Amino acid sequence: MVPIAYYLVLSALLFSIGAGAFLIKRNIITVFMSIELMLNAVNLSFVAFAYQWHAIRGQIFVFFVMVVAAAEAAVGLAIIIAVYRTRNTLNVDQIDLMKL
Amino acid sequence: MNQVPDILRILPEVILTLAGVAVMMIEAVLHQNTSRRPLGWLAVGSVAAAFWASMAQFQMAPGTGFHGVVQTDSFSAFFHVLICGIVLVCCLIALDCMPERGENMGEFFALVLFGAVGMVLMSSAVELLLVFIALEISSISTYILAGFRKHSVKGPESSLKYFLLGSFATAFFLYGVALVFGATGTTNIREIAATLATTPMPAFPVIALAMMLIGIGFKVSAAPFQVWTPDVYEGAPSPVVALMSTAPKAAAFAVLLRLTYAVFPLLHVQWSSLLWLMAALSMTVGNLAALRQQNVKRMLAYSSIAHAGYLLVAFSAPSSEGIAAASFYAVAYAAMNVGIFAVVSHVGGYDDHLNSISDYRGVAYRSPLMGAVLAFFLISLIGIPFTGGFFGKFYVFAAALHAGAIWLAIIGLLNSGIAAYYYLRLLTTVYTRHAEDSAEPNIAPLSIPIVLALLLTVGSTLVLGIMPGRVLYAARWAASSVVPPTAAPTEIVVAPLQPAR
Amino acid sequence: MQLVLFFIFGGLCAAAALNLLLTRHPINSALSLIVVMTSLAVLYLTLGAEFLAAAQVIVYSGAIMVLFTFVIMLLNAGEEVRTRGSRAAYLVGVPGVAALFSLLTFVFLSQGNHLGKSTLANPATLYDLSAVLFRDLLLPFEVTSVLILIAILGAVALARKEH
Repeated sequence: MVPIAYYLVLSALLFSIGAGAFLIKRNIITVFMSIELMLNAVNLSFVAFAYQWHAIRGQIFVFFVMVVAAAEAAVGLAIIIAVYRTRNTLNVDQIDLMKL
Repeated sequence: MNQVPDILRILPEVILTLAGVAVMMIEAVLHQNTSRRPLGWLAVGSVAAAFWASMAQFQMAPGTGFHGVVQTDSFSAFFHVLICGIVLVCCLIALDCMPERGENMGEFFALVLFGAVGMVLMSSAVELLLVFIALEISSISTYILAGFRKHSVKGPESSLKYFLLGSFATAFFLYGVALVFGATGTTNIREIAATLATTPMPAFPVIALAMMLIGIGFKVSAAPFQVWTPDVYEGAPSPVVALMSTAPKAAAFAVLLRLTYAVFPLLHVQWSSLLWLMAALSMTVGNLAALRQQNVKRMLAYSSIAHAGYLLVAFSAPSSEGIAAASFYAVAYAAMNVGIFAVVSHVGGYDDHLNSISDYRGVAYRSPLMGAVLAFFLISLIGIPFTGGFFGKFYVFAAALHAGAIWLAIIGLLNSGIAAYYYLRLLTTVYTRHAEDSAEPNIAPLSIPIVLALLLTVGSTLVLGIMPGRVLYAARWAASSVVPPTAAPTEIVVAPLQPAR
Repeated sequence: MQLVLFFIFGGLCAAAALNLLLTRHPINSALSLIVVMTSLAVLYLTLGAEFLAAAQVIVYSGAIMVLFTFVIMLLNAGEEVRTRGSRAAYLVGVPGVAALFSLLTFVFLSQGNHLGKSTLANPATLYDLSAVLFRDLLLPFEVTSVLILIAILGAVALARKEH
C-alpha cells in the first residue's frame, strides 16, 4: 500500500529537477533531455491520477505524450544538427548572435 | 439530436490534411529542376476551400462530434475562418518572395498546411487531449518553419530558441492538464466544467490554471514569457513570421478563452487578476522595448507582444463582452499584422536584405504603392480611426471600462501613445528622400500573389475600420456559444467583484 | 512489498535525475535518463498500467533515448563548459525550482487523505485500453498521424544537406 500522494511528490520532484536542469545545463542536448525528463514526470502524475480515479483516459494520455515526445525528439535533434552545422558548437551561451 | 455527420464537423481539417498530403506526395515525384510554384497555388486553393468549409460551419447546428471530442459552434467557426484566412494570405506572401530553388518549397507548403490543421483543431477541440495534440502540431510545424533558412546563421538559431522554450512551456501546460485531470478524473472540457465545483481537491485547479497560463502565455508571447519573440522573428523568414505572429496566437487565444470562461468560471477572480498583470506587463514591456529597436522585424516583434497585451485586456470583462472584444481584436490584429509582414517580406525579401529601419529610407519613392500600404498598416497599428486597429482597441478598452478595470484601460491608452512614436518613426523614414550618393533599396517587381495578399489584407483592415458591424455581430454570436445563456447568472454575480482592483 | 518497490525504484529515479543534473558529460546524462525511464516503468507496473510500462521501456528508453545517444555520438559532444550564463541561471533557477517543488509537495501531502492508496490490484486490461483509444478518442488518435508526418517532413527538411 503506497499512498498516491507519494507518487505525486516523486513526480513533482522529477519535474522540478527537469526544470532546474533546463535552466542550468549549458549543452543543448542535455537541455533538451531535461525537457524529456519533465514530460516523464508529468506522465507519472497521469498514471497515478488514472489509478486514483479508475479512469483509463489518464493512461491513454500518456500514450499520446509518448508520441509527442518522439515527434519532438526527431524534430529537436534535427534542429540541433542544423545548428551544429552552422555554428560548430553545442553551448547555449555561444548561440547568441541575436541578443535578447 | 446529433444529425450532422461527424465528418462535416471536421471538414476544414480534412481538406487541409488531404491537401498537405497531396503537396507532400507531388513534391516527392517532381523532377529536381521543376518549379514548385504550382504546389503553392494548390495550397492556396485548398486553404480557400477550407475557408469556405469553415464559413459553412456557421450554418451548421452546433454540437459535438467524435464522442464529444470536437465541438463546432459559432465560436469555433469564427476562429476557423480567421485562421484559414491568415494561412491563405501567408501562402500568397510565401509564393511571392520565396526563391525558386534550394529552399524546399514543397515541404514548406506541406508544413504550413499541416500546421494549419493543428491551429484549426485547437479552436474546436473540447477534449484536453485533442487540445494538447493540436497545440503540438501547430507548435512543431512553426518550430521547423522558423528555421527554414538553414544556411543563414540566424535561421537554425531562431528555430532552436523557439523549440527549446516552446517545449519547456508545453511541459508546464501538460502538468496543468495532469492536475486538472487529477482534480476531476476527466479530460473533457464540458465534464471538467461540470465537476470542478465539487472536486475533493480544491487546490489542484488553482495550480493547474497557473501552469496552463504559463504554457499559453509562451505561445501568445505575453510578458513575462515573451523573451523568445524578437530573436525568433528576426531569424525566421518573413512569410513565416506573418504566419506565426498571428495564426498560432489566434488559436492559443481561442483555447485560452474557452479555458477561462467555460472551464474555470469559478476561478474568475484568480485568473482575471493573473491576466490583468500579464496584460499590463505585455503592453508596457513590448512598447518600451520596441522604442529602442533598430531592426524592423525586432520592432514588429515587440509590437506584437504589446498587441497580445491589448488583447489580454479584454479578459477583464465578463464573458459575453470579453469574448466578443477579444475575438474582434484577434481579427483586426491579424489583418494588419499579416499585411505589414506582407510588405516587409516583399520589400525586405526572403533573405532580409533590408533589415534595419534606416534601410527602409526612401522606400516610398522607390515603390509608391508599397510605401502607401506600409503607411496604412502602420496607421492601423497605431489605432487611428477608419482602420481595423482603431475599432479593435476601442471595443477592448470599452469592455474593460464597462467591467470597471479603469487602471488597465489607462495603462493601455498610455501605451498606445508610446507605440505611436516608434510606428511614426518607421513611417517618416519610409517617406524620407534618399541622399543622392547612397544606393537605392532594391525592391522586387510586383507579382500576382503579393497584389492579391495586399488586396485581401488592406481590404479587410478597411472593412473592419469602416463597417465593423458584421464581424462584430459574428464575434458576439461566437461569444454566446462559449458560455451558454444558462450559465449567465453566475457570471453576473462574479462581475461586480472586478472593480475592487 | 509495494512500498519497498516504490522506495527502491522511486529512489533510483530521483538519484538518476539528480545525476542528470550534476554530471557534465552529455552521455552520462543520457544514460541516467534511461535509468529514470526504466524505473518509471516499474512504478507504472505498481499502478496497474502494465501495457504502459512495456511501452515506456520500448518507446522511451528503447527508441527515443537511442536517438539521443546517437546524436550525442554523431556530434561528438564533449564535456560542457560552465560559463557566466550558468551562474545567472543558478541564481534565478534554483530558488524558483525549489519554490515550485515545495509548493507542489505541500499541496499533494496536505490533500493526501483525499487521494487514495495504491495496491497491486486491478490492472487495466488491453480491452479497456483499446475501447477508449479506438472509440472515444479515435479522432485524437488519427490526428497524431499528422503530427508524425510533420516530424518526418521537418527532420528531412532541416537535416538534409543540399548541393
